[in-house]
Amino acid sequence: MKPEKLIENAEVNMARRSFLRYAGAGVAAVGVLSATSCSKTFDDYKGAPGKSKIDIGATGDLAILNYAYALEQLEAAFYINVAAHMYTGASADEIALLTDIRDHEVAHREFFKAALGTNAIPALTPNFNAIDFSSRSSVLAAARAFEDTGVTAYNGAGYLIQNPAYLTLAGKIVSVEARHAAYIRNLITPGSFADTTVLDANGMDKQQSIAAVLGIANSFLTTKVSASSYGYVAS
Amino acid sequence: MNLFGIIEEIGKADPEFQDRISPRRDAIKNITGFGSKVAVAAIPFAFSTLFKKAYGQAATVSVTDVLNYALKLEYLEAAFYNAGIAATGLTFSSTERAYLTTIQGHENAHVAFLKSVLGSAAVAQSTQGTNGTYDFTAGGTFPTVLTNVDTFFAVAQAFEDTGVRAYKGAAPSLLGQQVPLTAALNIHSVEARHASAVRQIRRARGAATTKPWITGANDTGIAAVNANYAGEDNLNQGGVTITSLSGVSGNISTNAATECFDEPLTMAQVVALVGPFGVK
Repeated sequence: MKPEKLIENAEVNMARRSFLRYAGAGVAAVGVLSATSCSKTFDDYKGAPGKSKIDIGATGDLAILNYAYALEQLEAAFYINVAAHMYTGASADEIALLTDIRDHEVAHREFFKAALGTNAIPALTPNFNAIDFSSRSSVLAAARAFEDTGVTAYNGAGYLIQNPAYLTLAGKIVSVEARHAAYIRNLITPGSFADTTVLDANGMDKQQSIAAVLGIANSFLTTKVSASSYGYVAS
Repeated sequence: MNLFGIIEEIGKADPEFQDRISPRRDAIKNITGFGSKVAVAAIPFAFSTLFKKAYGQAATVSVTDVLNYALKLEYLEAAFYNAGIAATGLTFSSTERAYLTTIQGHENAHVAFLKSVLGSAAVAQSTQGTNGTYDFTAGGTFPTVLTNVDTFFAVAQAFEDTGVRAYKGAAPSLLGQQVPLTAALNIHSVEARHASAVRQIRRARGAATTKPWITGANDTGIAAVNANYAGEDNLNQGGVTITSLSGVSGNISTNAATECFDEPLTMAQVVALVGPFGVK
């Protein structure tokens, strides 16, 4: 693993205070972070890397909301990294809309964090070593995977939600993830916004179980997320 | 989909389901007899009745009602794309035509799916519009819908965005019902993919401010569809003001806050919006 990658991972996983410091400092902060050793960088980020494993908790709406929070943390971290190290060859339109998506995912993450309050799982540490952020195809393929998986995750968890207001909130978010997915897919291959690789013969998206989704998500996380109440324990 | 499959699925998702309804085992027996003697049509009704009994709470809208509501909207959308693609007055680029053909396929597939689920409880297409024929001008509001490509895409965008809102609004009526809710959600997100794609087409055609997501309320540039976007500029979600949250540079912007959450519409709101096209 290249040190540079580790630092990128740390950058995208900052707790809010550090994050604001970074945002305020702008590009200059990249240099500062680059000069920092990895361990020291992690030490700075309070609460972030404390646990290598977390669980979304007992069966119920809080667990489902934390499940969503975990996925939104991952997406937000990914797009923050994308926008901070934009791949070469991106059009102005691409940059603008990918930045929009970043802001949407950050808003989703912060929404869940605020809504869950003390019930929220901790900040997760992502691991994006498999993604080459300088490569358009690598970034967009990852983005497509995140968005399509997000859609199947919300669709699959909808029936587990007990409070109708939370179901509506999940619905408000999943359609935005689907809008993102359609955009990203068209960037990769025009017209693939809803092709047969994601839809079934009835022209419908598919759902995935919590276990299946977390299995995918954990491949991009250093902090492994389990849902033992829903039959999934991260290996 | 059939009743027994549904009950089996519920059993998997909710192992206590059988226990909970055991005092009313008769309900299941009755339905079994009912289903075999009468029509498949009765099953959705029986299904929702069973749920009311099982959970002791009256659903305000039955599953059949929700599915027929969805079917009516899908009839409209399918007919709209069928008409647009066949219209000699509309000249699409090959890319646009390919997008539309994909969407058309999905809307017609949604119709077929919902009809198969509803069986003879399905509302007939011939009951819609005038003997099954819609007025896509909505009583003259969009006179050039089948002759002007930009108008066609504007109406398409409104249909898709409204479809997303309709499914979202209906979802709580299916709360906890794994099979029908998941099916509705799986259609809901496809409508959102369509909405995004149509918006991308409009952006490429020069409606530069149109993004794949909804910014503010009505961002179509067409005042006639203001009501379709009413409330999309909501900034408060579950008691949290999104613009008070930290973004990457300062707080989340108003635009981003409205874009990142789509909003539902009630059945009554949607029926009023699609009424002028002939949906009944």
